[in-house]
Amino acid sequence: MKIRLDTVVKTFDTFRAVHGVSLDIESGELVALLGPSGSGKTTILRMVAGLEFPDGGAIYFGDENATDIEVRHRGVGFVFQHYALFPHMTVGENIAFGMKVSKTKRSGAEISERVAHLLRLVQLEGLQDRFPAQISGGQRQRVALARALAVDPKVLLLDEPFGALDANVRRDLRRWLRKIHDELGITTLFVTHDQAEALDLADRVVILDKGRIVQTGTPEEVCRAPASAFVMNFLGDANRLKVTVSDEKAQIHNVTFEAPDIADGPAELYFRPADVTWREDGHGIQATIARVIDRPDSRRVLALTVDGQSIEFDAAPEFPFRAETRGFVDIRRPRVYPA
Amino acid sequence: MAKSKSRRPPRIGDAPVFRNTMIAVVLTLVALVIIAPLAVIGYEAFSRGIAYFGKTIANSDTRHAILMTALTALIAVPINTAFGVAAAWAITKFDFPGRRLLLIVIEIPFSVSPIVAGVAYLFVYGLQGLFGETLQSADIKILFALPGIVLASMFVTAPFVARELIPLMQAQGRDLEEAATSLGASGWRTFFFVTLPNIKWALLYGVILCNSRVMGEFGAVSVVSGNIRGQTNTLPLHIELLYHDYNAVGAFAAASILAALAVVTLIAKVALERRGAGRVRRPSLAGTAPDISETTP
Repeated sequence: MKIRLDTVVKTFDTFRAVHGVSLDIESGELVALLGPSGSGKTTILRMVAGLEFPDGGAIYFGDENATDIEVRHRGVGFVFQHYALFPHMTVGENIAFGMKVSKTKRSGAEISERVAHLLRLVQLEGLQDRFPAQISGGQRQRVALARALAVDPKVLLLDEPFGALDANVRRDLRRWLRKIHDELGITTLFVTHDQAEALDLADRVVILDKGRIVQTGTPEEVCRAPASAFVMNFLGDANRLKVTVSDEKAQIHNVTFEAPDIADGPAELYFRPADVTWREDGHGIQATIARVIDRPDSRRVLALTVDGQSIEFDAAPEFPFRAETRGFVDIRRPRVYPA
Repeated sequence: MAKSKSRRPPRIGDAPVFRNTMIAVVLTLVALVIIAPLAVIGYEAFSRGIAYFGKTIANSDTRHAILMTALTALIAVPINTAFGVAAAWAITKFDFPGRRLLLIVIEIPFSVSPIVAGVAYLFVYGLQGLFGETLQSADIKILFALPGIVLASMFVTAPFVARELIPLMQAQGRDLEEAATSLGASGWRTFFFVTLPNIKWALLYGVILCNSRVMGEFGAVSVVSGNIRGQTNTLPLHIELLYHDYNAVGAFAAASILAALAVVTLIAKVALERRGAGRVRRPSLAGTAPDISETTP
């Protein structure tokens, strides 16, 4: 099912949570809404689900205008951050709940067969008679997913699905969710504030800031070509240096970088910590090492440029230099954004 | 304990003198203020033997008072339960203007003296009251009859169920209801199959508290009932009448019924709290039994 958001607006009391967001989600696509807290991503997801109604704009499911369809008739599967499993029902009863209240009547045998099938799908065979309090967090989230899938939703919506789980479980569940999605081919929209999760899982990432979409693209597109300093910063560690642009060239200490389409005047140069080579002489920005931090697979070097701007970069574990060493930083893949 | 060179410095209140004094004060007060009067009621009620006790209870006026009290509870408690559930549901699961005001209004009966409620009903339904003439011409008796007693009791006990449910339902949030509706369940279905099972112990607890207060209510009811022996007397009013008649044994016997009700309420309260009512946490059938040693040192 294709989903289209057309300039959707939502205001809570006086706080404008979502400013005219338009978005197309193709059938069978897995899309991540990525943004810091307060960026409106959960509000957008809840509006697609019908748990909130937009103040302006429209939401289409296929060609049908779904804006005013209430949640119980909208046919979405919603997975909550804190699972929202019914604590007084067993795992099996939780999964069967949607089928029991559905208008499409199913016989008892049909329901229990489908529950068994879904339990196999989420790899929880044998846990049917446990209560939610008796299983682990990762298992609960899988039950929540099975429960959402049981009603044959047109769209699967997940609100920070792995937010309450610890790191290892998160990574396993991510890969597993991707596998399930590829098997079922159901259009899926999920919300996260974890860029690694979005990049790991999604076909397409929608990055939000203050209720607006700031960039949409495949993980490769947003990583290789961040559209703004915000996206650059939000997707991962980034260094920032103040530079001066003239004639589409950014200048800092006799070093120039290409700055296409940037207006003359002060600007900001961004680069990733991995995109730096330390040189004892030659070209690059003159700098002094302030501190070296050791990590299992690399060394993180903190340095000060000659005009006192601090930068961080990654070096090989064999990096031999210590604090107070002077040298030059050679920056690869720099990106210049207006200040 | 308070040795300056002791390796474990005493915590505040750890000194034995202080601790024992506190315990002694509390135990003395409990014995004098709570246990002694209850013991006296039990003793006096049976002071002339069980047969006399039975005879007193079987007195027609006393029987009628018991009946009136039971009837009042049978009407007032279900209505207030429905009201409490509706109010708690509305306040915790919906946003609407006046939500906070409703929360405060529900509390009014707790903070106002019951006699004020009784007098207020006099002014509204009494002969000289707002609707007095209309009601009289329509030949509807509210005051000095069962409807007045029920109304006064309802006013006094309106907050009980809601007060039990609101903190619990607030802590539970709206996730479960949202999950149920997103799965296609209707509002009624969500309430009966998802909300109600998760609040049932707290609800039962609220109902029991409400019931014991309805049966024990004196102030508001005494104003509106008219105190007509054998007609509009509830049990608490009847006890007062018996006492003023110098029928101490009768008064104590009738009082022992109310005291027995209190004991039943207490037992139910303890039993329900062990099942999770009154705790601001989602009770879970699957959860382990609460550790009682925490509450009874």
